[in-house]
Amino acid sequence: MDVNQMERRLVDYTASLFREGLLDDQFTQLQQLQDESNPDFVVEVVSVFFEDSERLLNDLGRTLDQQIVDFKKVHDHVHQLKGSSSSIGAQRVKNGCIAFRNFCEEHNIEGCLKCLQQVKQEYFLVKNKLESLFRLEQQILAAGGSIPMME
Amino acid sequence: MAITSSSAIDMVEYCGEDELHVLAVDDSLIDRKLMETLLKKSAIKVTTAENGQRALEYLGLGGCENHDPALTSSGVKVNLIITDYSMPGMTGYELLKKIKESSTVKEIPVVIVSSENIPTRINQCLEEGAQEFILKPLQQSDVKNLRCQMMKINKSCSGRLYLGR
Repeated sequence: MDVNQMERRLVDYTASLFREGLLDDQFTQLQQLQDESNPDFVVEVVSVFFEDSERLLNDLGRTLDQQIVDFKKVHDHVHQLKGSSSSIGAQRVKNGCIAFRNFCEEHNIEGCLKCLQQVKQEYFLVKNKLESLFRLEQQILAAGGSIPMME
Repeated sequence: MAITSSSAIDMVEYCGEDELHVLAVDDSLIDRKLMETLLKKSAIKVTTAENGQRALEYLGLGGCENHDPALTSSGVKVNLIITDYSMPGMTGYELLKKIKESSTVKEIPVVIVSSENIPTRINQCLEEGAQEFILKPLQQSDVKNLRCQMMKINKSCSGRLYLGR
């Protein structure tokens, strides 16, 4: 595959992530903030998102597993996850957190557990896709191409 | 002068007379990074703080016994404080109140950002003297708007935006 093909593939791949609702406009905002003075901005921010999210998802699992569930803790964790996913444009994770928060407010453990599974799924899916996207970008740069700017 | 930076505060070593400078407060590292990049892209200097207490210390309102003189920022100008509403410990609202109660820094405009669109919360902040209430995530258009506001305020009450005695 030559560089032009790779660049086209990147554009198509990125577009599909938006189409499937995995990413929203906030991700585009992140890409627009990246420039020569800040060339790794998106990867840096998304890496923090990955670390934060996995920690929060583990904490949520533990908190919901207690004999007596501390719903305030659950609420705080979900709030954080909702915030960070919203900040990077991980739309489906964010929406999953909104549903999660509703069950939390009702003190509905079953509902919370279901939501946790759902949010985990969405998180790992978007993580996977973003890692593929970043790999593609690296391949393009290594082959001497450039990352097309998103409109 | 070398200023040692704590893990919680990124210090601005020198602020040019005409450079705009914002203190951004948020417990989320992602949102701090975002705000910092957004503001820098609009040629605005940024100091970040991870909670209200650190922000107050930077503004010289810490009131801590073991106040590190290296953190005192006399002579530094702060044109605007942007703070997240929901923070553990001290909320953005509580931080706003403390700033407005202080004789030294009450003139510095405070903008509250929040992920929640709650009218009572918005009114509460505006009534307490917040310059503006903006929904997260912050956009480039929000920053451009804030920049305009800062320039206007800068012209009218420049002297009262300096920290320190």
